[in-house]
Amino acid sequence: MTTSLRSASLDAGRPASAGPRVGVLALQGDFREHAHVLATLGAEVSLVRRPEELETIDGLVIPGGESSVMDKLSRMFGLQAPLKTAIAGGMPVYGTCAGLIMLADTVLDAIAGQESLGGLDVVVRRNAFGSQNQSFETDLDIPALGEVPVHAVFIRGPVVESVGPDASVLASLADGRVVAVEQGNLLGTSFHPEITGEHRFHEYFLAKVRARA
Amino acid sequence: MTVSETGSSRVKRGLAEMLKGGVIMDVVTPEQARIAEDAGAVAVMALERVPADIRSQGGVARMSDPDLIDAIIAEVSIPVMAKARIGHFVEAQVLQALDVDYIDESEVLSPADYVNHIDKWAFNTPFVCGATNLGEALRRINEGAAMIRSKGEAGTGDVSEATKHIRKISSEINVLRSMTKDELYVAAKELQAPYELVLEVAETGKLPVVLFVAGGVATPADAAMMMQLGADGVFVGSGIFKSGNPEARAAAVVKATTFYDDPSVVAAVSRGLGEAMVGINVADLAAPHRLAERGW
Repeated sequence: MTTSLRSASLDAGRPASAGPRVGVLALQGDFREHAHVLATLGAEVSLVRRPEELETIDGLVIPGGESSVMDKLSRMFGLQAPLKTAIAGGMPVYGTCAGLIMLADTVLDAIAGQESLGGLDVVVRRNAFGSQNQSFETDLDIPALGEVPVHAVFIRGPVVESVGPDASVLASLADGRVVAVEQGNLLGTSFHPEITGEHRFHEYFLAKVRARA
Repeated sequence: MTVSETGSSRVKRGLAEMLKGGVIMDVVTPEQARIAEDAGAVAVMALERVPADIRSQGGVARMSDPDLIDAIIAEVSIPVMAKARIGHFVEAQVLQALDVDYIDESEVLSPADYVNHIDKWAFNTPFVCGATNLGEALRRINEGAAMIRSKGEAGTGDVSEATKHIRKISSEINVLRSMTKDELYVAAKELQAPYELVLEVAETGKLPVVLFVAGGVATPADAAMMMQLGADGVFVGSGIFKSGNPEARAAAVVKATTFYDDPSVVAAVSRGLGEAMVGINVADLAAPHRLAERGW
């Protein structure tokens, strides 16, 4: 791993017991809610808006928001290429809603010219449930996270329409539509654990960060 | 079998959470909506006339034609908001039936009821409402608003009223934070707001819903200043499509909102934008023409 002057100097003053360093992409959306949950779980959290801010983190969360806006800003400010490199290099990344769209290899119903970072071998459809009037909350059984169901909030959320051989399904709605997926160090959910007090997804993600850091 | 619930407070307030750090733009045609989406708007407000035209043309301003709202919804994939008159619950029912993503009960339109605002709990579609101070914001939240925008003087390009109101709301929150519990009962009385909401604000130091700024924002620096003053995001009305180069200005305001605390970015995006909207100084407006004073 290349060590820049900046990260080397930051690492020098870092206590060995410090939590994993996790960035939250802060171009737009509910990044503060993610930062709050991660800090509560003991992570050392920073907000990421510039390429150099990726150098000092061991994992990244892409929050909820508008995927078209995040894509545009990530390209304008030179974040797209280093993000793709980090994902290809195995950095753990967790995306919620717009973040899942950013991580999907293929996005349906995107705006003209919209790109994703990719990494998850899935096809995702934006706004799959319709307008805000169709946004909803429900309980999901997610065996990987234990017996207690996950209370999930879907806000103009996407759905995973097909899952390639490299990705696996973590959760589905009662009608079978896939709403949480995992592939190696990448994790994506159509819903927003960060606004319901649900911490198990973030813990699951932090375990990946700790295992790799 | 698990039960799914739509229209809950969490779902309504949640959409506003996802809009944070973004710019919501007034548009009057599907073509403008496309420009806004391409420039990075996080949502659009579908209108027949922007506030600057409502102001210059006068007359009663009402909900937009459903055909226009449908056409804008069909054009873009980002959320579409639309305005109902204050107290006009049937306009709000129509907007809900049109499947807009947010209803703005707005002082920019002519009020339909000078006593009551809409009972917003009765709707599945979330509402955003304007406020000039903390008491007004909490009264709207008590009526079911899922998002607040501080009022500026819409259609002027003069940001001074927006500044005044976001500062007012922030300073009133700060005062509550410093109070003892017994003082909060009197504060609730003076704010004319429910005690439970006043207590919540005193404990958390913020409104229970997302707070955007609106009215008079015309430049990237205006947007960045509102963000530095504590806004979660900005509405830009006449400021974009009444300017010389809407595409460039819209994209610049989006970038300045994300990098609001980085003057080098705000400087870079402010270059070569062409003419800003001409603007009207709020001080030159006779009191009956001040929209921010509508609502109570």
